[in-house]
Amino acid sequence: MKPFEYSTEIAPGGHWSVRLRKGTRMQITDTAGNANLGMLFYNPENLLERYNAPDTLKCQHTFKLTRGHCLYSDMGRIFASIVEDSLGWHETVCGNLRAQQTAERYGVRNYQHDRNDWHQNGHDAFLVELAKYGLGEADMAANINWFSRVATNEAGKLLLVDGHSTPGSQVTLRFEMDTLVLLHACPHPLSEAALYPRKPVHISLGVSPPVADDDACLNHCEENRRGFRNTMLYHLGR
Amino acid sequence: MLIESDRQPEQASSRTIVAAGDYYLGSVQSGQTLRILDIEGNQAADTLFYSAQDPAERYSVTDTIREQGNVYLTTGSVLRSLRNTPMLEIVADTCGRHDTLGGACASESNTVRYDLEKRCMHSCRDSWMLAITEHPEYGIGKRDIGHNINFFMNVPVTEAGGLTFEDGISAPGKYVELTALMDVFVLVSNCPQLNNPCNGFNPTPIEVLVWDN
Repeated sequence: MKPFEYSTEIAPGGHWSVRLRKGTRMQITDTAGNANLGMLFYNPENLLERYNAPDTLKCQHTFKLTRGHCLYSDMGRIFASIVEDSLGWHETVCGNLRAQQTAERYGVRNYQHDRNDWHQNGHDAFLVELAKYGLGEADMAANINWFSRVATNEAGKLLLVDGHSTPGSQVTLRFEMDTLVLLHACPHPLSEAALYPRKPVHISLGVSPPVADDDACLNHCEENRRGFRNTMLYHLGR
Repeated sequence: MLIESDRQPEQASSRTIVAAGDYYLGSVQSGQTLRILDIEGNQAADTLFYSAQDPAERYSVTDTIREQGNVYLTTGSVLRSLRNTPMLEIVADTCGRHDTLGGACASESNTVRYDLEKRCMHSCRDSWMLAITEHPEYGIGKRDIGHNINFFMNVPVTEAGGLTFEDGISAPGKYVELTALMDVFVLVSNCPQLNNPCNGFNPTPIEVLVWDN
């Protein structure tokens, strides 16, 4: 496998967007433990095509995301596959912390006082990145919260599992389409931490090996084989 | 929670039968109450809500389930917008549990879930696309089609992190009632899905009723 060609650190409360090509890989690492990395995907050729959590979950019969799962758009195509995961569970239904809740829990966002240690929230972080591409709140969708495990009991009650992600936890995505990736390292909305959680995330980017016939994501289920066919059709003739 | 309503259908200000595979698009004013009735049982009503003042503000599954701390919807659930504003509250429910994780069927997701050659089968999203195309006056576009509620649909989440589509827990005459907390547009696809048990493999009509305050 070719070495990574670019790496960067997303500071606690930071956000970023990056367009990644088909055939690239992104490795995300929770360096300090208990990080949360919010993420959304859009098709840069048609920004109306976006990550769809319900379609992703139901076609793979799962509530959690882990290795072998593919991350689907609303058009039945695969933005990215989870090719490695040291953790086993990431959630995609709880959304983001918002400005008012952040202020109530941790104190108001105040750049004048806190500089870049301000209390940024995931919702506003996504809005800032969306606006760079002419998108807005109507283009939001249920996002992925990497490194955060939210379980349910029989009654459906949601519970964020504290201490789920240990230092060094790592996920690698392989992009199956050109993808606009939006991300933030803001606290998970169900976090009960007393102080604003300051957790950086390390990101490495490079070229991915091609999809092999015995690929774990391709062969995870019949649905994924069809998802790969749809994605192949999108690139036919390229 | 199972709560029956004392509202009488004959006193409703509007009553509309929606055949399977058709859509319902209408307004509900703040204080009015909307009932969706599963006439023959085991039907799925794929529903979206929008602020009538600004349809860019729509129902949000993430905000709704996070704020109530539970993945299922029933009596007492407050449906929130993507601005985290309360839109409607479920005030009666004779079914007991409704899904908001499973999303809607679409031509494209049907190819993934069932067969590439099933792309031409009718789907909820196609009904919504027809609705917003036939009614541009509502100001709803494709970007406004978000994650929906599946009234009457049973999609249990397991403690191990699984998710399955089960036989409906609805039955003939079951209903859910919602009181609007703001002026809203409601967009319902009466689900035409023939490939899974969400509507018992036999899509049937629903009725949409609205009562004034």
